Amino acid sequence: MNENSGWANKVLYLAGVVAMVILARDINVIARLPQEAQQGAIFKIIFFHVPVAITAMIAAAVALIASVLFLITRNFRYDALAVAVTEVGLAFLAANLVTGSIWGRIIWGQWWAWDARLTSALVCWILYAAYLMLRRAVEEPTQRATFAAVWSIFSFIDVPIVIFSIKWWRTQHPQPVFWGGGSFPPDWTAVFLWNMLALVLIATVMTVVRLRQEDAQRELDSLRRTAHAM
Amino acid sequence: MGFLRQVMVVAVKDLRAELRTKEALNGALAFALVILLLFAFAFDPTGDTTREISGGLLWIVFAFAGTLILNRSFARELPNDCLDALIAAPISGAALFLGKAIANYVLLLAVELVSLPVFGIFYSVRWTQQLPELLLVLLLGTWALTVLGTMTSALTVNIRLREVMLPMLTYPVLVPALMGAMQLTMTLIAGTPINAENVMWLKMLAGFDLIYTAVSLVLVETVLVG
Repeated sequence: MNENSGWANKVLYLAGVVAMVILARDINVIARLPQEAQQGAIFKIIFFHVPVAITAMIAAAVALIASVLFLITRNFRYDALAVAVTEVGLAFLAANLVTGSIWGRIIWGQWWAWDARLTSALVCWILYAAYLMLRRAVEEPTQRATFAAVWSIFSFIDVPIVIFSIKWWRTQHPQPVFWGGGSFPPDWTAVFLWNMLALVLIATVMTVVRLRQEDAQRELDSLRRTAHAM
Repeated sequence: MGFLRQVMVVAVKDLRAELRTKEALNGALAFALVILLLFAFAFDPTGDTTREISGGLLWIVFAFAGTLILNRSFARELPNDCLDALIAAPISGAALFLGKAIANYVLLLAVELVSLPVFGIFYSVRWTQQLPELLLVLLLGTWALTVLGTMTSALTVNIRLREVMLPMLTYPVLVPALMGAMQLTMTLIAGTPINAENVMWLKMLAGFDLIYTAVSLVLVETVLVG
């Protein structure tokens, strides 16, 4: 049974190509935009930094829903969705950390600062990396899916508490204001939203590819079990 | 048997087993003292800055030493299939979990209460200034560590690299509670009482304890039975 053919595959490729095209066009537009007054060229990293952060948050939410649904229905497709979307989310969160770090190096002069957002992002990254480590450590598939689902729920509940407490921690140790607020020019919002769309599309394509890997893995496992039984 | 009675039976059993051998207790205590010693080499033990951050260091000591006790919590049931027997027993997973959590809590508190005077002596810190509040922070913070650690202990009891996975899973989730406990301990040791500025940490700590106790009680049956 070859599932990698037919219209689903074509839609997937199309989505990927569309995302690439949008990104290419966006980069072109962004490069031509006038420089921001206070920060210069580096401000444009916001076109990537914020969308990947939002995508990562969406990924975490989808992982939670998939985990809860797995525990309720015991359907392994939900487990596959949980791991796929967590891996993609982790990659996007890493991109968030790296772009934030680059921005910080230019603006603050240092690669890292313990400000509220970077610290929260780091803790959330470690949280979900631990989820993936847990999956590695459990060999039996049902047990792995169950434990991972439980841990995904624990991790997701922690995310708002982490963000809140780190923000409180940082307001108690005020830092100099690094950039004076400022508003986002309205005609830039369109590019921002297109970029958001492109990145969400990329995340979706990556998740579907990973989902297919999980399906193939499950099929392999069942074939192996059949072979052992015979 | 009522739920609370079941919890007490499990807790007393665990405490009795531990107090007879005192393996985990001694190990955790020794480990705590060693870390306190090592920190003295890492920072200037008599410096003012060290005294300021010492509250935070204290919780690192508790977290690390606590792992030894928490790890043993479910691991001690592995030989002779005791874990299977417990799971098959006519008590709910939540009762088993809560009983073990309470036993761990008592053991952890014992280690902490012994470490506290030693810490005060080594770092010349007067920790008795806001004693009731400090004890409250100790109680709340230790419960956060206990409830998460016992849950993780149940999760990791049968998997590879158990000793590595328990801290790896517990500490990231514990970050807000650790942060709150550290902040409060630092200010209380410095002599500042709980005021409008830092009562937020106390509320957050209490909320964290409540949320994770509730979630753990609901999900532990799934973890233990599958």
